[in-house]
Amino acid sequence: MRVLVLYLLLGCSLSAFGKTWVVDQNGKLNSIKSTIAHSADGDTIRIMKGIYKEGNLLIQKSIVVIGIDYPVLDGENKYEIFTIAANDVSIIGLRMINTGVGSINDISAINAIESKRLKVINNQFQNTFFGIHLSNCWGSLVEGNLLHSDTEAEHQIGNGIHAWKCDSLTIRRNKVSGHRDGIYFEFVTNSLVENNFSHHNMRYGLHFMFSHNDEYRSNIFQNNGAGVAVMYTKHVKMISNRFEDNWGSSSYGLLLKDIGDADIQLNHFGRNTVAVYMEGSSRCHFTQNIFSGNGWAVKMQANCDENIYSKNSFLSNTFDMATNGSLVLNTVDSNYWDKYEGYDLDNDKVGDVPYHPVSLYSMVVEKMPAAVMLWRSFLVYMLDRTEKVVPSITPENLVDLHPAMRNYDYSF
Amino acid sequence: MITVSNLGKKFGKLEVLKSIQVDFNHGSSYAMIGPNGSGKTTLIKCILGMVIPDTGIITVNGKPIANDWSYRNLIGYMPQIGRYPDQMKIGQIFDMIRDLRQDQSHMDEDLIREFKLVQMRDKRMHTLSGGTRQKVSASLAFLFNPRIMILDEPTAGLDPIAVEILKEKILAEKNKDRTFLITSHIMSDLDELTSNVVYLEEGRILFNDTIDLLKEETGEVKLGKAIASVMKRNLKDAEKV
Amino acid sequence: MIKIAKYILYDILRNRFVMLYTLFLLVVTFSMFSLDSDPGKATLSLLNIILLVVPLVSIIFTTIHFYNSYEFIELLLAQPVSRKTIYFAEYFSISMALATAYIVGVAIPMLLLNFSESSFYLIIAGLLLTFVFVALAFAASVSTRDKAKAIGVALLFWFYFTLIYDGLILYVIYSFSDYPLDKVTLAMVSLNPIDLARIIILLKLDLSALMGYTGAFYKNFFGSSVGVIYSVLFLLVWALAPLLLAMRRFVRKDI
Repeated sequence: MRVLVLYLLLGCSLSAFGKTWVVDQNGKLNSIKSTIAHSADGDTIRIMKGIYKEGNLLIQKSIVVIGIDYPVLDGENKYEIFTIAANDVSIIGLRMINTGVGSINDISAINAIESKRLKVINNQFQNTFFGIHLSNCWGSLVEGNLLHSDTEAEHQIGNGIHAWKCDSLTIRRNKVSGHRDGIYFEFVTNSLVENNFSHHNMRYGLHFMFSHNDEYRSNIFQNNGAGVAVMYTKHVKMISNRFEDNWGSSSYGLLLKDIGDADIQLNHFGRNTVAVYMEGSSRCHFTQNIFSGNGWAVKMQANCDENIYSKNSFLSNTFDMATNGSLVLNTVDSNYWDKYEGYDLDNDKVGDVPYHPVSLYSMVVEKMPAAVMLWRSFLVYMLDRTEKVVPSITPENLVDLHPAMRNYDYSF
Repeated sequence: MITVSNLGKKFGKLEVLKSIQVDFNHGSSYAMIGPNGSGKTTLIKCILGMVIPDTGIITVNGKPIANDWSYRNLIGYMPQIGRYPDQMKIGQIFDMIRDLRQDQSHMDEDLIREFKLVQMRDKRMHTLSGGTRQKVSASLAFLFNPRIMILDEPTAGLDPIAVEILKEKILAEKNKDRTFLITSHIMSDLDELTSNVVYLEEGRILFNDTIDLLKEETGEVKLGKAIASVMKRNLKDAEKV
Repeated sequence: MIKIAKYILYDILRNRFVMLYTLFLLVVTFSMFSLDSDPGKATLSLLNIILLVVPLVSIIFTTIHFYNSYEFIELLLAQPVSRKTIYFAEYFSISMALATAYIVGVAIPMLLLNFSESSFYLIIAGLLLTFVFVALAFAASVSTRDKAKAIGVALLFWFYFTLIYDGLILYVIYSFSDYPLDKVTLAMVSLNPIDLARIIILLKLDLSALMGYTGAFYKNFFGSSVGVIYSVLFLLVWALAPLLLAMRRFVRKDI
């Protein structure tokens, strides 16, 4: 709300340089389309409450469009609502519903092409095919938007916030649900994604590829069909995010595929089938994260190397770590493992006996998923015990040499 | 009265009872005699409904006993070995059996009194000697004034005083139109207590008549001797065959 | 039935072995919760012990008790009561006595120390296991007159359900790992009461891992309360089936 007022003020101050148009269904000026046509760079268009069915609106001027009391722009299941091909455009406080659905075209509520400094603020999107679609944009701000779709079939729904070949974006405080991917980045660099809430999307809460040097902070990714998947990217920072309740055989709290030099800190991974799945990733640094109540906290394929897991907390996970090979080129050190049963005679709060996070049975389940049904049976207990005494199958060098005796107190 | 007709029972291949035919009448007392393994206990258990016969019918007062448990209201049974749940008190045993009986109008607590069990009401069963447990069994058997009394080795394990008390009780009850069925290895006891003898061997009844007749036939004065001579005679018959 | 059962129950509750069992459960429960600062972990350790001890004690104690009460059952049979009554009174009092031991030894301390949903399910699972294994002991006891043989059969039941059967399942899963096995595994697991009891807890503590396995069928089964209801129902079947089968035998048995 405060932000809204701020931008209203901002809009007023801008109007000092341009003209302000008021579109009202009951007034003389009742068409947005014609108002846009008459407006000039630097103008502001205020849209009063009402339902506007004007098909596609093309913006080729640097104008500010502000909705008062959320006027509804209806795409009548046929049209793309805004097509933006100009710099310094702002879209604020509108409610956009029912765009068309396309199998070839990415029909969107807001489609920006080669636009600089676009601002999309405090809008509502209901049943739009794509919500906000940015291509070749620079310096865009997408903030405080609410995107939701009720569509049930995956092929009838696009992504919530979709960006392709962009740079320096800020995606902040948006709520996305019911879309295919909540937030989708492809070739997006130097961008910041923070405080978003992406949940109950059909596929991924967050999905990015080839998007280097981006930062993800304090987002919540919850209950998405397949969790979060990030691929082919270098130098990503993921800090203080929550990855929660992603359940299913191909659902991951965070899937990393060919990710390099990522910094993953202070995140909370809770109740996922697999909290972190890593494939072909290198030099990722996981530190001070909490993994709690997951089926598998970490599944690391053997083609990962030089990754570091340190000072994380592993709590009530069914399996702490699993891997599919015996060669391990990663470091696991100084984590807290609630399954650790060692002792600390010298009282330095570091366990005197190393901890092996990969249990025999987790490797069995890796090969034969049905075997998970026997977990916690006496037979399995004995198998795991035997393996601890005489390790033969589990990778011997995947070991935490300095397991913490007490849980780290990360309160976030 | 109890009628047993054509009763047969096999345990596996072993034929324990071979078409037994016998009546036990009211007002008579029967000694069941026979060597070990002759089928005495099985016959008793058949009458009590513990062993289910292969063939034949048992009726009590004219009613067949198969699939019916109410006839056991008429029966008092004293087992050979009485074992009771360890932690139960004597008083509780009596209370429990009383709960199970419907007819509680004429309780006969003579034996409880004479065996001085009342004073021991709160003793737990596992603290009792074998003899005391027999006293409990005997008292239970007589408690409900049953028409039919089945006593399996009643005097075994009892001290001489208790034996006398029990015998006197049996003799006193005999005259009240009851049926007594007693097994024992002590012939002198049976001589005193019973009027009829049923002699079993290898699952067959070889002799069933009054003791007087048996003595007359064998020319013996004591039951024990009479039985022994019957057994000898049978042995000779067997050798001839 | 209650007329007899109340006396027998009184007797068993004072039985030294039952008292020891209660004490053992108490000590284990308290030590688990005091040694482990994390109640979730303590619950898990307790689960392992309960899955092992409750079936073993239930089946062995019941078998021994059945044979020790043989003469007493004889005496009861001479009374005007039906065999069914005596049989159910015995079952009722033994299972109630062991359930009481379990409630005093595990349920009450758990409710006091750490009341959570998983504790609740652990209590239910243990009680159901008690009923099942007392019933199985009756089945073993009525099948033979030989006490030693019956104890052997009872031990075999326990060993089979605790270890051998799971080994067989693992073998089947291993041999047919190329095929979809979800329904088969579920069916196989349903044939073992200890596995069913375990799954009730698994559904509470390891649901996220179970979700990793296969598709929609399990998701529906595990995701809703269907899984718990299914397991509880099947455990009840596991208690009733041997109980009624053994009753049919007991009614016709020569004592």
